[in-house]
Amino acid sequence: MFKSEQRVFPARFESLSAIDHFVADAARRAGLDPCAVYQVQLAVDEACSNIIEHAYGGVGDGVIECVLDVADGEFTITLRDYGKPFDPQSVPEPDVEATLEDRTGGGLGLYFIRHLMDDFQFEFDAKQGNLLMMIKRIERGDCREPQASR
Amino acid sequence: MDLSTKEYKRCAVVEVSGRIDSATAPELAEAFNELTSEGQYNLVLDMDDVEFISSAGLRVLIDVQKTCQRLNRGKLVLAEVPEQICEAFDLAGFVALFDFYDEQIDAVGSF
Repeated sequence: MFKSEQRVFPARFESLSAIDHFVADAARRAGLDPCAVYQVQLAVDEACSNIIEHAYGGVGDGVIECVLDVADGEFTITLRDYGKPFDPQSVPEPDVEATLEDRTGGGLGLYFIRHLMDDFQFEFDAKQGNLLMMIKRIERGDCREPQASR
Repeated sequence: MDLSTKEYKRCAVVEVSGRIDSATAPELAEAFNELTSEGQYNLVLDMDDVEFISSAGLRVLIDVQKTCQRLNRGKLVLAEVPEQICEAFDLAGFVALFDFYDEQIDAVGSF
């Protein structure tokens, strides 16, 4: 039976590996197949990198609170930070069909979160901080296409 | 992340293992910069032992490809890309931007 797990990490790029181990280990124990575990790893890394770089401006004295849970067949990752909020709608999707000259690689982080997770939600509160909840459904079998793409 | 570089007659191979993320991507970029600054624009990235690559790593690959292909000087090709990373490349629209090879020897032989 999966029990909710929580850990707090320093908001520095050096923490990404430890965050990855924490989340990937829990995702495997929750029953996600290897493909889904990798998708979760990627989405979490992108989200945390954005927190470190944009919410905290790259200065390394903030924290990222990470809560992992399983309920109703869903693996949920909740990330909370206390940095600057942002408007996800203001980040344009990258044009993944653009030619090399027109590709910058920017915007891919949010794009991966949108396309790899089955659902996600942002909340911004001046006192409670910024929250990102991401959900991956636990389903056995071959790697499947995620459901959310918004 | 660990990386090593081997220079051959017609290209150079960068072999990477471990994670390519926001912490380690600068080191990968530096390895490629050293090669291109020497005038080596035919490059192979062997990803057989890469466990993970985030958009920070993908941005390095785009930048290197742009540098190599500018003025048709050369190109960056990818070898032995793990399946899960292939899927991420596909999602990001990278498949059209690079040549992929199942074996390093074939990637080297393409030059």
